[in-house]
Amino acid sequence: MRAAHVTETEPIPTKEARVTVLAEVPSRLRQSHLDALESEAVHIFRETAAEFERPVLLFSGGKDSIVMLHLALKAFWPAPVPFGLLHVDTGHNFPEVLAFRDRTVERHGLRLTVAKVQDYIDDGRLRERPDGTRNPLQTVPLLDAITGSRFDAVFGGGRRDEEKARAKERVFSLRDEFGGWDPRRQRPELWQLYNGRHRAGEHVRVFPLSNWTELDVWQYIERERIELPEIYFAHERDVFQRAGMWLTGGDWGGPKDGEPVERRLVRYRTVGDMSCTGAVESDAVTIDQVIREIAASTLTERGATRADDKLSEAAMEDRKREGYF
Amino acid sequence: MDTATPTEVSLLRLATAGSVDDGKSTLVGRLLHDCKAVFADQLDAVERVSRERGLTGADLALLTDGLRAEREQGITIDVAYRYFATPHRRFILADTPGHVQYTRNMVTGASTAQLAVVLVDARNGVVEQTRRHAAVAALLRVPHVVLAVNKMDLVGYDEAVFAPIADEFTAYAARLGVPDVTAIPISALAGDNVVEPSASMDWYGGPTLLEHLEAVDVEEDPAAHPARFPVQYVLRPQTPGEFRDYRGYAGQLVSGVLRPGDQVVVLPSGQRSTIAGIDRLGERDVEVAFAPQSVTLRLADDLDVSRGDVIAPAAHAPQATQDVAATVCHLSDRPLRPGDRVLLRHGTRTVNAIVRSLDARLDIDTLAEQHDADSLSVNEIGRVSLRTAAPLALDHYTDNRRTGSFLLIDPSDGATLTAGMVGTPLSAAAATTAAAAGGV
Repeated sequence: MRAAHVTETEPIPTKEARVTVLAEVPSRLRQSHLDALESEAVHIFRETAAEFERPVLLFSGGKDSIVMLHLALKAFWPAPVPFGLLHVDTGHNFPEVLAFRDRTVERHGLRLTVAKVQDYIDDGRLRERPDGTRNPLQTVPLLDAITGSRFDAVFGGGRRDEEKARAKERVFSLRDEFGGWDPRRQRPELWQLYNGRHRAGEHVRVFPLSNWTELDVWQYIERERIELPEIYFAHERDVFQRAGMWLTGGDWGGPKDGEPVERRLVRYRTVGDMSCTGAVESDAVTIDQVIREIAASTLTERGATRADDKLSEAAMEDRKREGYF
Repeated sequence: MDTATPTEVSLLRLATAGSVDDGKSTLVGRLLHDCKAVFADQLDAVERVSRERGLTGADLALLTDGLRAEREQGITIDVAYRYFATPHRRFILADTPGHVQYTRNMVTGASTAQLAVVLVDARNGVVEQTRRHAAVAALLRVPHVVLAVNKMDLVGYDEAVFAPIADEFTAYAARLGVPDVTAIPISALAGDNVVEPSASMDWYGGPTLLEHLEAVDVEEDPAAHPARFPVQYVLRPQTPGEFRDYRGYAGQLVSGVLRPGDQVVVLPSGQRSTIAGIDRLGERDVEVAFAPQSVTLRLADDLDVSRGDVIAPAAHAPQATQDVAATVCHLSDRPLRPGDRVLLRHGTRTVNAIVRSLDARLDIDTLAEQHDADSLSVNEIGRVSLRTAAPLALDHYTDNRRTGSFLLIDPSDGATLTAGMVGTPLSAAAATTAAAAGGV
């Protein structure tokens, strides 16, 4: 039978020839997908360092920010990374992660600016929420730090695969003087030509990992042997259940009465504020085991572990417009 | 092949074009769903909203639904990116709305695509919009185009419906200069020939859409094109010790292959030198660099090289010029007019430029040229002549999509105005033939 299938001059394919073999390109002149993503991210780091006066990298000690720093170190080797780090500390961060953050800063001789939500609560500029969650409170200290230090480019670890509100995010995302994201002012990004022009007071959020997926991040961590905070791997921990998630108790306000604490074998898929970041039950103690666990997972990392994203369908989108990411 | 390790997995960037009515959202949702790129929590949300809207099954189109900001403001943000994978390939899908006024979005999505999927409704066949999608793919030099003839379930899976649509489109795209066209009969709703072969179309002997995406040969040999290296950043550690005198030029090799010992020229200055060494992200002295790797070049001579310069093989260097004849797609609500003073961004260089003349406006549906146009509005395509304040090392877009492309930027607020392609990627001859063949 006839299959109207290819350009007129080519022979009609048979069932046997359904899938053609990839043409041979000398394998050493071919990039794997991880190489391609790495080259793209490095290109973005170098563009930003060249086009902006005062870039800064958001660094929480979470895996995405650790991968970003690793890429930045490679992009500018053998010169030092030409920008500093910024961390918005909610006051409810995991102590293991803060220790990891400080070790990393010291090892690479980096500059770290810390904006503390606690300072804002102490002097009354921000008020604690009834649910004890401080993630939404990060926005004001973040924007104050950006304005105060006159940062004009802010590297974030956001990935487009994470969530619907991020799927349309640009690599260079223009923010107004209030940190706000106006869809009308976002610029089409063609080829690899990133337009970082902005007016005084505005800044640009830059997302070098835009095209990475969670699995890519983990495969890259494995390939590059990147060190991570231990809470990403299975460990015994006292946890309690709230809204279907395993949370760690602490000063932030959990557990309440009627929330029994249990000792469980868990690990974290994402690292954020302790009040809204849940652990998953896991026995994965190596990167390889984590990768296998993620590949088999039926939940997104945010769906599995983030209470803040469950607030509403458009929760992420709202926080993005306010300048959260 | 299923045992492929991560390092053997390649990356394919593709763009989809088609309107909501053609079932594009359903197709994209189906690809994501059947490749298990949709997680249970996302599917839960889709099922919940589907129920709220009174639907019986999960509407996969909701997986690619827009943002609330878009609905509220009645706009569509140009491109949404989706990610899925098979054991062989990782896919980055630029999902572009195909509505009439969104030529701009297709141009954006197609600019980085190695493959474009054009969707038609089997009941309607090739329509004006289909021809526009083919023209945009041809204009942007997307090397592979797939025509997905959707809703075959609504025409009885009849080959007699599919064959003439495939023939008409294939002939049209070939005349536009699209090098590789594949037509596939599908039903995105029923899942025929998207991931799994259809049980209802025995007459079709070709691959399913996903099989084709996995197998299509997009791995161009980098050595087939001359090397182009726009310098992004000069690395001078100036630290005591081993790297005190290190001076490297960091950038992404956008085409070709470079090796230590190669004779090169730095443009636009024209200074010549030899590559003394190539470092790759902390790895010293690699033997070879090839596109699209990000690397750092060291030159044998102490030259004045800075961001914006292009390093190219001395034997195959582009001509530096201040006069640019280009085909452009206008992206902004502010029209482009002769006499406009703009910034031109090419590679890593930004220079002042002036629009000398608007030579033609192209009707993307008929491909007819209009020579009395006095401005280009958003979504319009035309030919312009530009004069730049400093010379640029340009290639024709047909030879090099990276060094043949540029943006025009509004100097007042930095807005991106126009996407430009050096030369005439759609030749007048192809346009004339195509217009005749298209019967318009």
